[in-house]
Amino acid sequence: MAETEIRNFTLNFGPQHPATHGVLRLVMELDGEVVERMDPHIGLLHRGTEKLIEHKTYLQAVPYFDRLDYVAPINQEHAFALAVEKLLDIEVPRRGQLIRILYSEIGRILSHLLNVTTQAMDVGALTPPLWGFEEREKLMIFYERASGSRMHAAYVRPGGVHQDLPGELIDDIEAFCDPFMKVLDDIEGLLTDNRIFKQRNVDIGVVSLEEAFAWGFSGVMVRGSGAAWDLRKSQPYECYEELEFDIPIGKNGDCYDRYLVRMEEMRQSAGLIRQCCHKLREQSGPVSVSNQKIVPPKRSEMKRSMEALIHHFKLHTEGYHVPEGEVYTAVEAPKGEFGVYLISDGTNKPYRCKIRAPGFAHLQALDFMCCGHMLADCSAIMGSLDIVFGEVDR
Amino acid sequence: MAEIWTTYIWPVLVITAHSLAVLVTLLVAIAFLLVADRKIWAAVQLRRGPNVVGPFGLLQSFADMLKFIFKEPIIPAGANKGVFLLAPLVSAVLALSAWAVIPVSEGWAVANLNIGILYVFAVSSLEVYGVIMGGWASNSKYPFLGALRSAAQMVSYEVSIGFVIITVLLLVGSLNMTDIVLAQQGDYGMFSWFWLPLFPVFIIFFISALAETNRPPFDLPEAESELVAGFMVEYSSTPYLLFMLGEYVAIVLMCALTTILFLGGWLPPFDIAPFNWLPGVFWFVFKVCLVFFMFSMVKAIVPRYRYDQLMRLGWKVFLPLSLFMIVAVASVLHFFDLAP
Repeated sequence: MAETEIRNFTLNFGPQHPATHGVLRLVMELDGEVVERMDPHIGLLHRGTEKLIEHKTYLQAVPYFDRLDYVAPINQEHAFALAVEKLLDIEVPRRGQLIRILYSEIGRILSHLLNVTTQAMDVGALTPPLWGFEEREKLMIFYERASGSRMHAAYVRPGGVHQDLPGELIDDIEAFCDPFMKVLDDIEGLLTDNRIFKQRNVDIGVVSLEEAFAWGFSGVMVRGSGAAWDLRKSQPYECYEELEFDIPIGKNGDCYDRYLVRMEEMRQSAGLIRQCCHKLREQSGPVSVSNQKIVPPKRSEMKRSMEALIHHFKLHTEGYHVPEGEVYTAVEAPKGEFGVYLISDGTNKPYRCKIRAPGFAHLQALDFMCCGHMLADCSAIMGSLDIVFGEVDR
Repeated sequence: MAEIWTTYIWPVLVITAHSLAVLVTLLVAIAFLLVADRKIWAAVQLRRGPNVVGPFGLLQSFADMLKFIFKEPIIPAGANKGVFLLAPLVSAVLALSAWAVIPVSEGWAVANLNIGILYVFAVSSLEVYGVIMGGWASNSKYPFLGALRSAAQMVSYEVSIGFVIITVLLLVGSLNMTDIVLAQQGDYGMFSWFWLPLFPVFIIFFISALAETNRPPFDLPEAESELVAGFMVEYSSTPYLLFMLGEYVAIVLMCALTTILFLGGWLPPFDIAPFNWLPGVFWFVFKVCLVFFMFSMVKAIVPRYRYDQLMRLGWKVFLPLSLFMIVAVASVLHFFDLAP
């Protein structure tokens, strides 16, 4: 019998594949159904965000951050705003901080809802996404009512937030929380104790804590493996230290634990939203710094004051100059540590803006996590990684 | 001459008329069941489902059919053209032909075969050929993987379905579908149907039927999140329509089989006044719809098994269980001298 060479089955997975969460292309080597090697090809959504930011004033750079992780836009703006504020050495008024936290937590729920339900979809359950999306819709309307835009808010700006929230909006956001818990219970009812869902997720894509740190994981990917690492607690920014919330952690570092952690984080976020709404009712005052060389003046003032008009004109043409220096700030974005490394050369534009996207670090571990698993597990693992290509490809 | 007429031509005409009547009714029914499937699915997901074509979207399936027919069939350059086009035909024709022996009411079957159940089993086993041919002839990787999966899946679950059918046959003592239904006629109405004495087998049959027809949670051959559309990736237009048609005909066939084997076919739930006024065909259709509703709900609720888990379930759980049930039922029948 002639000797034949046996080679593995090479499969091109994506970029138009429904389970790749966007535009990921994977070249897989399969032995039967078992994945031997997985090679992610990224960059299909590369837009050169970092380079574009170098050519924009600090204010004009804000909307680019919405377009990174477009599932939770305000969390990214927040990181950039914190970086610029640190360079400018200014402190945001308390009401502004509370609004930022409020909307960051809404963003966290937005992102986790999408992720948890699409993870369910990746293992074949098609109903949770539709239940979850109805809630997302409500949250996006809160985005719209605050900023005028459902997704690309450009709401958190260096110096504070763009506008104050009307009182009814705060009431509506608070009223959202309780029914939302019910929806979470419903989604959990479909998934958490479902035998098939468990069989598809328990012990799949296990990451030990050492491995998680070695691969540069952050956020849920670390917490799922058992470390209570959350930037909101470990290096609190804004007024997170005044608020009460718990950090859920997993035990086994598998897809199922990550799912559970995300579910619990949504509940914690809803708790934070309630606290913020409560505090916002008591705390009146400005939502951004009063330095009008950084934050544009009020419309009404511009009609009366020459000075205000000049500030407005300067801010929206030249922008403000930021003192020389470099800074790294990070926020606990829904997907992990989202960091902005900013170098200023003293002009009105950043010299360099390096964005640390959590999804990028998570994606690089895909090969390590998927090897030896079956093809169907890969989509479950990808679902639990929570990758959004806006931020991975930048 | 008259002899030829009475022995050949007239029976052929009658059979053709019967077959046409069954086919047309079946296809129209499937058009509406498809809408029902989508509506149920939509309701679970808090959507409205198809609601544009016709009142309440009732004519959606007909609009879809027209769309499929008028679209251009695309045949991949590397495909084996003959087999590629034959596969959906095989799939649809086999699924439809199994309906020849299904009695929808007493005596209402195109062919009242003495080995009816064997015929159904044989024909529905052949359906896997449509899938394999389609997957192989596409000459593409995803369909190939999908076809391999479905071949393994259908074969594994046919084994347990076979044993389930044997268990039922032990109670009936005949392979004739009409006899199977009549054997369930008892003094206790719906409680003397086989679903109650053979409850574990009923469950096994229902789940195996899901697997056999590639419905969730066993829709591995066309697992969207892994294989996109499995063996149908390269199909479009009418060939795709035929595949889908074959699939739904097979699903309704499985519903009908469940009805005949376990839910007393066309028998009314109780043989008393308001129930037995209605014709048998009503009860048959009603029960088929009920089982179909279960099929739809399962689709809306469950996630999907992984390939190896599905195999494990088939061979390590259902096969021993159904084997055990055969032995158990046979022993009971033997020792209590109940065998028909």
